[in-house]
Amino acid sequence: MLSRVAGNIFWMQRYRERVENMARLIEVNFNLNIDIPESEKQWEPLLRAVGAAEEFQKHYQDFSRDTILDFLTFDLRNPGSIFSCLIMARENARSIREIITSDMWHEINTLYLFLQQSQNQILNHHNFYSRVKRQCQLFTGISDSTLSHGRGWHFGRVGYLLERADMGSRLLDVKYFTLLSSPDLIGSPFDNIQWNALLDSMSALEMYRQKWQQIKHVNVAEFLILDRDFPRSLYSCINRATDSLLTIVNTGHNPHAREPYEISRALLDRLEAMNGESIISYGLHEYLDKIQKGLLEIGKSINSVYFSTEDSTKDTQKKTIFITKSTLIES
Amino acid sequence: MAIFANYDTNGFYDEYFMAEGLVRDYAKDLVLNIDALNKKQLKEKQKAAELAFFNMGITFTVTGEETGVERIFPFDMLPRIIDQQEWLSTEKGLKQRIHALNLFIHDIYNEQKIINDNVIPREIIESGTSFIPQCKGLQPPKNIWAHITGTDLVRAADGKIYVLEDNLRCPSGVSYVLENRLIMKRIFPKLFESMSVSHVDDYPSQLLATLTNVSPVDNPTVVILTPGIYNSAYFEHSFLAQQMGIQVVEGRDLVVDDDFVYMRTTDGLERVDVIYRRIDDLFLDPLVFRADSLLGVPGLMKAYIKGNVSLVNAPGTGIADDKVVYKFVPDMIKYYLGEESILNNVPTYLCCDDKEREYVLNNLETLVVKAANEAGGYGMLMGPSSTAQQRSEFADKIKANPRNYLAQPVLALSRVPTLINNQVEGRHVDLRPYILYGEDIYVMPGGLTRVALKKGSLIVNSSQGGGSKDTWVRAA
Repeated sequence: MLSRVAGNIFWMQRYRERVENMARLIEVNFNLNIDIPESEKQWEPLLRAVGAAEEFQKHYQDFSRDTILDFLTFDLRNPGSIFSCLIMARENARSIREIITSDMWHEINTLYLFLQQSQNQILNHHNFYSRVKRQCQLFTGISDSTLSHGRGWHFGRVGYLLERADMGSRLLDVKYFTLLSSPDLIGSPFDNIQWNALLDSMSALEMYRQKWQQIKHVNVAEFLILDRDFPRSLYSCINRATDSLLTIVNTGHNPHAREPYEISRALLDRLEAMNGESIISYGLHEYLDKIQKGLLEIGKSINSVYFSTEDSTKDTQKKTIFITKSTLIES
Repeated sequence: MAIFANYDTNGFYDEYFMAEGLVRDYAKDLVLNIDALNKKQLKEKQKAAELAFFNMGITFTVTGEETGVERIFPFDMLPRIIDQQEWLSTEKGLKQRIHALNLFIHDIYNEQKIINDNVIPREIIESGTSFIPQCKGLQPPKNIWAHITGTDLVRAADGKIYVLEDNLRCPSGVSYVLENRLIMKRIFPKLFESMSVSHVDDYPSQLLATLTNVSPVDNPTVVILTPGIYNSAYFEHSFLAQQMGIQVVEGRDLVVDDDFVYMRTTDGLERVDVIYRRIDDLFLDPLVFRADSLLGVPGLMKAYIKGNVSLVNAPGTGIADDKVVYKFVPDMIKYYLGEESILNNVPTYLCCDDKEREYVLNNLETLVVKAANEAGGYGMLMGPSSTAQQRSEFADKIKANPRNYLAQPVLALSRVPTLINNQVEGRHVDLRPYILYGEDIYVMPGGLTRVALKKGSLIVNSSQGGGSKDTWVRAA
């Protein structure tokens, strides 16, 4: 498999996951705000949760709902907006159209056309964001059921799992920080709503309830970080990414290819040694920071081992460049 | 007749009608079927076709716009239809022509017999901007230079088919033929069942066979070399690769080591044997041609000359589609094959000839003047629709560089009924069949029909308001 192609699949899926997460996050925030009095409606924290507050303030002073939503959804000056990410996902897909299946291309292309046509004219926010989310899920489903599960598919899988883990850890970090910084609210109805929203924004609420019924922050942290079975927990994402990285090693003949797998495996081992209590006593923020660093290392290693194969020959040192936006949080 | 009730041929040669209401034999069932539709159905079908193109992302990128705005190539659903008998003789003519052109290119870069025998003047060849001196003495595998050709044909008022251009470099458009057919089958399923139309879907496997035919090794790795996703024909590159099950590579994916070509893979370097290159000669190798080219691969030409990799088409073929050299193709056919040319050439006046230039300068108003090495409808003067100022500018250009210009009479291209604002009107068309020179010569039945959608326009290029149609050769 061409190094560039491996990188294109990886980034296609990574950006696609970013689109899906952003859509889910906005959708949840809508639901959250329905239950909150007008004066306390929260849109600004959303900007902070996705790390877009600074960029936003370069262009706007007012934190109104519509401005924020537009910034997070369509604004191409925001490299993390849904449309920006989708364009990147599609450009990556477009450059490997002969590698992915027609069904996959068709799905991502129709989503792109849908977004293009929806600019400034979203009739129903819920329908819009849930369609974006569903079409992303459809894309993954189509990819799983039409693309051969060879190395390309595994690179794509690593791409979106790393993205999912990254987004999950950041959301948890930001939300946890916000929630615990006002101790008087702990245990209040407002607090519960917020925890529910956090779980919901990772599609985890129902599965959490089945396991723990009651909301308790230690359990929430344990569930979202360490749960073995829930497919969006950090553990699950890293576990499956590790699995794909191992398959990539085993199906190739690159002697240096073990590094990303080994970093990923080590991160997984560290997670396996923890539980909810030990994470809290370690310090959640500090712990999540370590995970983030680990994820970053995996991404860097994949990039140098697989994607940017440098010339063995002397004078033509070229690096492979992918279609990414450097301003984004890169792996 | 509902749909065609007010259809007017306006005195042009029409591919459906001999005259108003008088349908050509081979178009009768088609006209009958379309006429059975009402206008609403017609409109719905056209809309469905356009939507399908968008959703499938069958687009081309508009050149010169950095952000890469994607457009669909406008598609008209009324097909061009060609009589079986006429097609057979056209096909024969194309094979003859490609055969002779390949012999010519090989000769020009080797013994130059045709020059030494005074059939073509030496200065015309060696002053051609597309003549590549680095190719002298080159013997490509099986002596094939132009493996893939897209010859432009037109039908003039006299009803005869003429060759307008031989495109022997990187002719594009074949993907539209295949996709047009796919979409036509979707919107006119019954029509296809009731009429027998020659298949075009064999093209990708024929193309792959053509590529592997010139491989230096058995079981070769074949790739398509593209300038990248912002190239106007990128869709076609990825489409053909997908249809053949091969990789698309960019220059940066390839590396030459010890005169072999490799691609960079996740497992290290992997050898490449055949490159279907969709970038121009001058960008192929910065060590030999344009040093500033980022699209090519340093060292590629040396690997090619050593026979370690095959390039399709071979570098240097451009000299045979120089529009001045075009004039000599019938002479080539006679010289190399001892035959008369089956297909007609358009009468051509060369500005490097004193007498002919004189004629051209005195008749600019009635002629079309072309630059020898331009494509895409650029660099030409359409005499009858030109202004006095444009004509005087062109006259200056011709005098300054006579070798680079030639002129031809303006041909009244034939027309095909076309859906314009839900009305059927005649529009001028040309036809580009695709010819593959492999073990044998294969001609795709039909080809790409390009249609000038602007009323009265004779320019069919997509960059200048052209669209396309499906092309139906009636199967035997």
